[in-house]
Amino acid sequence: MIKWLEENTPKLVLAPSFIAVLIFVYGFIAWTAWVSLTRSRLLPKYEIEGFIQYERLFASPRWETAFGNLFVFGTLFIVIAMVLGLALAILLDQNIRTEGAIRTIYLYPMALSMIVTGTAWKWILNPGLGLEAMVRGWGFENFTFDWLVDPDKAIYTIVLAAIWQSSGFVMALFLAGLRSVDGEIIKAAQVDGIPTWRVYTAIIIPAMAPIFLSAFIVLSHLAVKSFDLVIALTGGGPGYATDLPATYMYAMAFSRGDIGQAASSAMIMMLVVFSIVVPYLYSELRSKDG
Amino acid sequence: MNTYVTGAVSALSMIVATSALAEPTAEVLHYWTSGGEAKSVAVLQKEFADKGGSWTDMPVAGGGGDAAMTALRARVLSGNAPTAVQLKGPAIQEWYEEGVLADISSVAEANDWETVLPASIAGHMKCEGTWCAAPVNVHRVDWIWANAEVLNANGIEMPTTWDEFNAAADKLQEAGIIPLAHGGQAWQDATIFEAVALGILGPDGYRKAFVELDNETLTSDAMIAVFDQMRTLRGYVDSNFSGRDWNLATSMVMNGEAAFQIMGDWAKGEFMAAGKVPGEDFLCASAPGEGFLYNVDSFAMFDVDGDDKKAGQELLAELVVGQNFQKVFNLNKGSIPARTDVALDEFDDCARLSADDMQASSDSDALLPSYAHGMALRGAQAGAITDVVTAHFNSDMSSADAVQMLADGIANSM
Repeated sequence: MIKWLEENTPKLVLAPSFIAVLIFVYGFIAWTAWVSLTRSRLLPKYEIEGFIQYERLFASPRWETAFGNLFVFGTLFIVIAMVLGLALAILLDQNIRTEGAIRTIYLYPMALSMIVTGTAWKWILNPGLGLEAMVRGWGFENFTFDWLVDPDKAIYTIVLAAIWQSSGFVMALFLAGLRSVDGEIIKAAQVDGIPTWRVYTAIIIPAMAPIFLSAFIVLSHLAVKSFDLVIALTGGGPGYATDLPATYMYAMAFSRGDIGQAASSAMIMMLVVFSIVVPYLYSELRSKDG
Repeated sequence: MNTYVTGAVSALSMIVATSALAEPTAEVLHYWTSGGEAKSVAVLQKEFADKGGSWTDMPVAGGGGDAAMTALRARVLSGNAPTAVQLKGPAIQEWYEEGVLADISSVAEANDWETVLPASIAGHMKCEGTWCAAPVNVHRVDWIWANAEVLNANGIEMPTTWDEFNAAADKLQEAGIIPLAHGGQAWQDATIFEAVALGILGPDGYRKAFVELDNETLTSDAMIAVFDQMRTLRGYVDSNFSGRDWNLATSMVMNGEAAFQIMGDWAKGEFMAAGKVPGEDFLCASAPGEGFLYNVDSFAMFDVDGDDKKAGQELLAELVVGQNFQKVFNLNKGSIPARTDVALDEFDDCARLSADDMQASSDSDALLPSYAHGMALRGAQAGAITDVVTAHFNSDMSSADAVQMLADGIANSM
């Protein structure tokens, strides 16, 4: 009996969460996939009608905007947040005096919820209240910074706020990575008289490859599920210029009583996440086997 | 021990409930949660209690009713629908098609709703000939509000056609006043759009386009003219309008920063709350053109079990359409009574104008549902139209492209 327990305790302990994940994650993914193949409107229906919802989705100009925005926002957000985070981490790594305080300051935005970030940036970027009004008040009458109300540029204000929020977190990740690089190698390089920038580009950064991957995965899932920032900062506007797939899905499911359409957009979002995560999992699992 | 007691009590109450005199009970799901609205609901609760009913309040705030609808969906799916739900327009029919609404024809016939309600509003309350909902109020959507002092100072009369409006706006713009106070949110864009559409297409054209979704009207030259006027209006809005809330736009009119606002009569509440007097400080008029666009709140009755709940439903329906409630509620809310035989002595001038116009347009068949506020079309179609309207208003899209997108969007939303 005790022997049986010894062997099976891990399985028993894991079973509840395994079952919960099975039902509440994979079960509901399957349910959403099913509903996305029906003509559900106000309430879910279960007669399968084929790919009509996907046809409607890709014929919708609003979805086209939302999906395009996901790539603009995602690419800029991930690349800039990583570059900025790495730069901050390297600068902080120079054995400066108040490192602890500065690190905390840069990490603080992460402690705010996206709603707070969005609302604060909405006021900062509002041409009549924020930055533009302030600089004009200083006497620069021709200063314009109206991205927030310009449908072509509004998406970049979301990028800006998201980077402000997340780059401190990326910095912390990279800083941990920098510190984990073997000091002996660096010393050896310094003894050989290699310049510091070469130490970084040829030794430290390549050694941090796994950290890059982690940062990329964390940032990309933040990008795909971005919702609250958009709602607080622009409300999807002007017009629907800053819609993202998540806000599109919310509008369809909860404002318009079009559950089938919402389900199909959710499935597309999931495919985007899968296309990022699956190669990652694959490489992780393979390296473990090897 | 405790469970035995409550068990016994509930068993007892079940016996009482199933006996001949059931105490009316009602669980009411609504989203009237802001100050004036909550006060209005309290009026109904009190009347209900005075008639011996017990009321379970279920207010769900948020998202302009979206959160309440989500709660409703969950309740209906779990087979436990509330007694009465604040629903409006085609959503009533949509829920009826799901087979979950009750029939309150007996109350409606006993109280002669057919004659006291305007025909087109009564139409929304019926599901395939039986009565399934009770109207609470009528908000007029196609209002134009103005700052009296600003108009006087610039020698401008309240415009009665869109050309007059444009002329007035040009004059104001030269004088350095923002002609049109507007908030760049999709529903506000849609509110202006439908007022313009009613003015330019006329009542029959509006009905064809936004009630019947007639493709010919939707792609007609008149519709291109509607979008042209929207483009003109875009020029009269200040550059900082994106995302602004409607009440902030109202206060721009109030303090003379802007001259006009096109908004439903809830804007009147803002003027009144600031102590402004209609006719002196601010002016109200119907937006240029014929017709009347209404936004009617109503309670839909859901199919429930138990005599006490059914009795509650009937009592609620009777009270909601009753003279007293219709008067008190609408005085609080700023709208006008749905029934046409309520004395309007205590109402302000704008409300009386609204009531007169409602009667007149009902007689001339120009009393029409507002599409922007979910009275004319189902969510998917109305949303498709709003998408085009707001995309056009917030970009440099041509009117012809907008009309084409409108036709495509509606076809795609089916």
